[in-house]
Amino acid sequence: MNWLPPPDEFRARLAAIQGSGTARDRLEELSGLANMQLSFLETMQVDAALSKTGQVADSGVDNLRLAVLAGSTIDHLLPSIRVAGLRRGLRIETYAAGYRQYRQELIEPASQLYEFRPDAVLFSLVAKEFIGATPIAASPDEADRLIDATVQDLRGLWKRARDELRTFVIQQSFLDVEVPLFGGLDAVVPAAPARLIARLNAALADAAYEDSVLWLDIARASARDGLDTWFDVVRWLQAKMEIGPPAAMIYGDLVARLIAAARGKSKKCLVLDLDNTLWGGVIGDDGIEGIVLGHDSGVGEAHLALQRYAKTLMDRGVILAVCSRNDPAIVEAAFRDHPEMVLKRSDFAAFAANWNDKVTNLETIADQLNIGLDSLVFVDDNPAERAHVRASLPMVAVPELPADPAHFVRRIAEAGYFEAVSFTREDHERARQYSANKNRASLRNAAGGMDAFLQQLGMSVDFGPVTSLNIARATQLINKTNQFNTTTIRLSESEVAALAAVPGSILLQFRLIDKFGDNGIVSVMIVVPAEGEAGVLDMVIWVMSCRVFGRQLEEEALNIVVEAARRRGARTLRATFKATAKNAVIKDLFAKLGFLHSDTAEKTDASSQWFLMLADYIPRPTRIARNEQAHD
Amino acid sequence: MSRRMTDQDIVDALSRILRILLRDEATVLTPQTTRPDVPGWDSLMYINFIVAVESEFGIKFKLADVESFETVGDIVQQIKALKRWG
Repeated sequence: MNWLPPPDEFRARLAAIQGSGTARDRLEELSGLANMQLSFLETMQVDAALSKTGQVADSGVDNLRLAVLAGSTIDHLLPSIRVAGLRRGLRIETYAAGYRQYRQELIEPASQLYEFRPDAVLFSLVAKEFIGATPIAASPDEADRLIDATVQDLRGLWKRARDELRTFVIQQSFLDVEVPLFGGLDAVVPAAPARLIARLNAALADAAYEDSVLWLDIARASARDGLDTWFDVVRWLQAKMEIGPPAAMIYGDLVARLIAAARGKSKKCLVLDLDNTLWGGVIGDDGIEGIVLGHDSGVGEAHLALQRYAKTLMDRGVILAVCSRNDPAIVEAAFRDHPEMVLKRSDFAAFAANWNDKVTNLETIADQLNIGLDSLVFVDDNPAERAHVRASLPMVAVPELPADPAHFVRRIAEAGYFEAVSFTREDHERARQYSANKNRASLRNAAGGMDAFLQQLGMSVDFGPVTSLNIARATQLINKTNQFNTTTIRLSESEVAALAAVPGSILLQFRLIDKFGDNGIVSVMIVVPAEGEAGVLDMVIWVMSCRVFGRQLEEEALNIVVEAARRRGARTLRATFKATAKNAVIKDLFAKLGFLHSDTAEKTDASSQWFLMLADYIPRPTRIARNEQAHD
Repeated sequence: MSRRMTDQDIVDALSRILRILLRDEATVLTPQTTRPDVPGWDSLMYINFIVAVESEFGIKFKLADVESFETVGDIVQQIKALKRWG
């Protein structure tokens, strides 16, 4: 947890929080404390203060109910899960099933587990329960059967949790706490515990991916920290704790970052300082030839490693940006001319090398990229700049960096800011799309007139149903989109599949292509028949990537869904707009698209209902050509 | 907590830890206090308490110590022994 700064005035700040203030102030202050490196006891104190803090609407912190089904004692881990949740923008309420009671509780609909109504279920199990009875002389076939049976058993439990509790499921990898038996041969003897556990983890990771179950890899985390940090035999013997209290903080963070990723709360953009971060030295003083970067020295290799890491992140969909106090001309020249530079100027979707304050620059970067400040990670070697940004923009993640650049990459990576629950082709191409967006922007400036601009873009839309081919990306878009999101309902992949199976439902995904490239799937719409109201369809979900707002895809998508609705004999399309802290950009969407506001429906400030009479609808003209994907 | 502490200092530190764990500001320990004297000090809370004491004092109790402590005074004596504050 060394990417978090050490606690500063912990007791005084905690006491101040407990004094007074509104629930909103308290929640903000507690989030601040949760973003420091806390001890077990300090974590418990933050958790206690959190439990006394009321609900706060529109705080940007999402509520989530997590049930932990465990094969060992885990109650001591719950406060760290809740505090880590706060660190990752989640207010997590927890329920722990009775010690090794999870099977009964899953089977019994009258159990406390069902009463708790979880949003997520975490299986935190112990290997011994599954392999403990296997004799060491078991044959290879017997070992194979044990692995298969265990995977089938767990898949059954996952399915039950998903079908009966309607939750998303997290499976944790098994810790190998076994002592060496043979030595090196433990990796080979079919029924050696070490071999069985390694095989189980590999088989379960695959099964989990196939079943859209999230994989919490504590085996890998414990290998990094050392097993002794995670497993203390004294605690096991005393209290059947497999994960000991010293690992509670990192365990909680691993759980919270995975849930945050599933909820679309992972960071999206890595903002890098330049001098002594992306290269060694100060380029304004040392000149392009004088900076330390490349194979000549270990320090040069360290900065090169950071550049390579950033490039890899870009390849998996993380946007890159620069925020540096520097002379822009020298910096541009360095990216162009330095022979060892791995990152190119065009790799950065936003580039703020100037003499402005870093806080102002970060705000500009978020604005330019059309993403929230809470989507940024800011990496800077200078402790004063880090402290300044943390104090002014607490929603920006700012990792503590050690003095030695050798450790930069690992420090950023282990903070888990960019945790993902899927990886799609769209992710891989996203960064390029952001820089293509800059070309579109220059065309817009040159083109004069919006319509001429849209025409010159040469747009077409590829659309079709949500199928197994694109459901991962569709689900990801539903969960990551905050701005163009009419209801901000989050769904797991299995829930999307369940809606697709509802008779008469319409699930559409839209891919926008223009002369600068393929934007990938940028919009998803889910429409289901209203219960008990013949001829009425409800638009449950409509999301659109912020990259393509205002390009008439809004209109063309509506044209398409209206045709589909008419084919199903529907008369009315009903839509709900639920206001959040982030979707004000579409508050007039339905009015602009010709929907009528409902006066009769229950109306609140935050929610409004809209109707479109399909018989009266005249398709809206757009500059987007259509290309319907073949149905199966 | 490396400076030498008096018995009363240690009892006060233990009270503070237990107050945090039990979320009860009224909790006050004395050397004579036993677990059943304190509402809510169940076996899980006892382990959490031991863990917190070990981490705050930078010590490690033996399994048998933890199972043999009867009073808060017993814990204080063992802390002093482990810290060599004898």
